[in-house]
Amino acid sequence: MRSRLEPLWPPIVVGVIIMSLWEGLVRLLKVREFLLPKPTSIASALGDEWTPLRTAGWETGKTAVAGLLFGVVAGALLALVVSRFSWLRGSVTPLAVALNATPIIALAPIFNAWFGITDFRSNAAVVIIVVFFPVFINTGTGLSEVESNQIELMRSLAASENTVLRKVRIPNALPFFLTSLRLAAPLSVIAAIVAEYFGGPQNRLGPFITQNASFSRYANAWAAIVVASAIGLALFAFSAVVEKISMPWKQGDPARA
Amino acid sequence: MTEQAIVASGLGKTFNSRSDSAVTALTDVDLSVEPGEFVSLIGPSGCGKSTMLRLIGDLIVPSEGTVEVFGKPAAQARADRDYGMAFQKAGLFDWRKVSANIELPLELAGWSKSRRRERSAEMLDLVKLPDFGDHYPWQLSGGMQQRVAIARALSFQPKLLLMDEPFGALDEMTREHMQVELLSIYRQLRSTVVFVTHSIPEAAFLSDRVVVLSPRPGRIHSIIDVVLGDRETETRDEDTRESEGFFRKTTEIREALRSVEAQQ
Repeated sequence: MRSRLEPLWPPIVVGVIIMSLWEGLVRLLKVREFLLPKPTSIASALGDEWTPLRTAGWETGKTAVAGLLFGVVAGALLALVVSRFSWLRGSVTPLAVALNATPIIALAPIFNAWFGITDFRSNAAVVIIVVFFPVFINTGTGLSEVESNQIELMRSLAASENTVLRKVRIPNALPFFLTSLRLAAPLSVIAAIVAEYFGGPQNRLGPFITQNASFSRYANAWAAIVVASAIGLALFAFSAVVEKISMPWKQGDPARA
Repeated sequence: MTEQAIVASGLGKTFNSRSDSAVTALTDVDLSVEPGEFVSLIGPSGCGKSTMLRLIGDLIVPSEGTVEVFGKPAAQARADRDYGMAFQKAGLFDWRKVSANIELPLELAGWSKSRRRERSAEMLDLVKLPDFGDHYPWQLSGGMQQRVAIARALSFQPKLLLMDEPFGALDEMTREHMQVELLSIYRQLRSTVVFVTHSIPEAAFLSDRVVVLSPRPGRIHSIIDVVLGDRETETRDEDTRESEGFFRKTTEIREALRSVEAQQ
């Protein structure tokens, strides 16, 4: 157990140092609260506003997780379909790239019109699209970048395309997919909150931040940001654990650890 | 006359034949290989030796001529799983344990789990890695990985073993050990082997016949019989490398390769 928790110490120590410096400098330089609140003010705001923050965090978290789930499944499935039917590659992949080049958040008002301005699906739709792309591209890379000798070996054994997909391409793509999941997990929280700035239900982190900021209650806004980053961190940690347990062959491999 | 293991007639391959960048990798190759024979393909790079191996294995389609394997078209032989293959890169699947790598061809052929286990244990003994079945490939050295790749290629006792510089990435000593082991495995299983290499001593040590290819376009320059004593009783081991006959054969192959170069 000792060895597992050991890597946690350096970031904690550095974090405490940064917080102390922040607190000290803000006090010393008499920085005004609306520019940069002290960590202690943020902590007490977190305590005072805990009930609405907990609700907002929970609801925003649900939007992020729902969008993440659908986006990941859609990205992985489409990558599978495209890799299996090569004639699709020329048409689908450029479209996906074009979609990614679109500033996705620009679509938020349109989703508000589709799903309703107070509907959480308007927010989740943005998350889905943001998450979809890295999963689709990474998984697609993993499915196609197989050692040519391995494909030749399978062909020499008279393996069908479906067998090659099942026995070679999918396991080969697994690390790529899991890396994209690790990228997409925190991205889903960012996307959810930014989408909430444009619409959706009001009891969420996005509206909480904008409303408190507009009333100059910056410590409250910062407290909401702390909650948001906690959710992002939790999702990241979850995907890192999934990564670890689903690839037992990487345990202890010094080249890939 | 007994059925030949391989009959290639008028075999040729041109890549990108319909464009300006057409490259004729191989042309006008006639070659017969007897069952149980060990034949090496040697030549400078660009001589089409790997192309020839892939034509025999039906991994690429000939532009001209035909290949028959055990009296069938190559495509049929592949569908019948007559081929075992090994490459310069071991190409093990890193998500499979060593035994599961060896069992892959058996899995594809629909063997039961218990029969697969039994066979992979036998194969691990054969390649002298009896205790490594539960390891993952990354835990093995390059030479050990190559042995696993050979065990995988042989696990289902294919009639024809196609090897593309399988020892090319190994250091000299490991390479010589592997050659001795390959010969002993080959003698036990009595399969037919086509072996691509660019090492002269390797070709001489392993082969019954060495096919010397010349490049641009690839074609057969000459075929050298390597009999190091009485064909039926001859044994080849580490001492063979220092024998007079071996020295004569490596010289003969070297001279053939020099005359290939002189033609350029």
